[in-house]
Amino acid sequence: MSNGFTTVSEIGPPQPVRLNPLLSRVLVGVARPVEGFFEWFGSLGIFTWQVLKAAVTPPCEWRELIRQLDEIGSKSLPLVALAGAAIGVVISMEARYSLSRFGAKSMFPATLVYSVIQVMGPIMTGLIVSGRVGAGIGAELASMKVTEQIDAIEASAINPYRLLAATRILACILMLPLLTIAADGCGLLTGWFAQTLVEPLSFHQFIESGFHGATFNAFLPPTFKTAVYGLIIGLIACFQGMRTRGGAEGVGRAATNSVVLASLFVILADVVLVKFILVVFP
Amino acid sequence: MATAYDIPVKQGDVQKESGAPIVAVKELRKAFGSHKVLNAINLSVNRGETLAVLGRSGTGKSVLLRLIIRLETPDSGSVCIHGENIAGLALDRMGDIRKKIGFLFQHAALYDSLTVAENVAFPLEHHRRDMSRRERDDWVKQLLAEVGMEGDLGKMPSDISGGMQKRVGLARALALKPEILLLDEPTAGLDPISSGEIDDLILKLQRERQMASIVVTHDLHSARTIANRLALLDQGNVVIDGNYEDLQNSDIAFVKEFLKQS
Repeated sequence: MSNGFTTVSEIGPPQPVRLNPLLSRVLVGVARPVEGFFEWFGSLGIFTWQVLKAAVTPPCEWRELIRQLDEIGSKSLPLVALAGAAIGVVISMEARYSLSRFGAKSMFPATLVYSVIQVMGPIMTGLIVSGRVGAGIGAELASMKVTEQIDAIEASAINPYRLLAATRILACILMLPLLTIAADGCGLLTGWFAQTLVEPLSFHQFIESGFHGATFNAFLPPTFKTAVYGLIIGLIACFQGMRTRGGAEGVGRAATNSVVLASLFVILADVVLVKFILVVFP
Repeated sequence: MATAYDIPVKQGDVQKESGAPIVAVKELRKAFGSHKVLNAINLSVNRGETLAVLGRSGTGKSVLLRLIIRLETPDSGSVCIHGENIAGLALDRMGDIRKKIGFLFQHAALYDSLTVAENVAFPLEHHRRDMSRRERDDWVKQLLAEVGMEGDLGKMPSDISGGMQKRVGLARALALKPEILLLDEPTAGLDPISSGEIDDLILKLQRERQMASIVVTHDLHSARTIANRLALLDQGNVVIDGNYEDLQNSDIAFVKEFLKQS
């Protein structure tokens, strides 16, 4: 080293990098959830691809689809209708109070109609269905998974992605807009009724002034965006159910995760869809 | 047993009757993480033959059955059904092969939302759409009669005992008239009388249908009753593969210990 340079022979073998133990623990603590996050999305992507492939290849599982339409649609109807009715009354009371303060009572029918159909009806239906159907699908499929029923389906040369997942997801997509229409209808009816108890207003007059100047663009996109909620609810619930491991604990975890994740993604999707609708259907 | 509703063989399906084993497992390896379950095992089963796979818990007996029907994929090695390696098969072709295999799961795995009769009819509804409803119902009744469950058609799986569930599971496994029957612990958790009945039932079906069967069990008595050959697994290896006399005459310490404890 006389000339000030290090020769290759003087370098020696590379030394392992030693991290501070605390720093190393922090890094592992951060890396693990990040890895889990990407693993979850990767698995969801593979699952979605499998379901899509199964859904577009024959045979169609009509019987199971009809059973799921009944299970997801008809059996959710009373709950969704009741929640819609309650929301209608609440909006009616709140709107009347707020509009009176600003001397805009004549705007009441339009406020109620737009609030229910554009905002509250779709998101409330999405959240109610994620609770009821998300938990139901998650728990049912998880229970089938841990008791080897899904393996038995596969062993019988039947594609479980087609029979169990595609039918449930399609039923959610088809039923959410219809349930939303039912919730909207109940909300408008009870909202009008609550108003009538305080200040008589004919239903004909309520409808006429509520929908005055309205276009289909104002009502159809918010209603049909719930098909996307249906996709999210069905996909996440089926995914969580079919990837379950463990016994009763795994089933409980699958049901909880289905509801929590489906509700979260429905709310996030709402943000994106509202912006999308405002841009595409101004 | 001749039945009115024989399952026809699809054109293109190769029926290899002579010589080659119906199921052949070659150098099969499977590990879950760092835990090696199967370590290069070789086994084969011919038509009309019943192989009982014995061994301690966790030695990969059930995993072997799951690999044969491709519910799990091997790390290396091959599983050949009728000489065809199932590892890289497309889902459609694998489906055709699975239709030739009946699988009785350890806990029967009956669909709990369907009745006993609907459970047995389930594979027929999906793969025998050419059968009329009446033909299907008759075949289901006949299958359930064979396993002694003809009086419980409308019951739900939760309303019948474990032994009865196994019988229904067996009827479901036989619905498509399989050439290969895989039985995972058919007598586990059953009382001695029910175990004996299940053994008799398997023997009777074997005699009548001449299937190639693999039975995974802990129960040496049951294995002796129903199997022509016994294979003993230990730590992922086949320690011995032969008849009961071969096991009795073996000098291998594990075989002696297993026979002593059974």
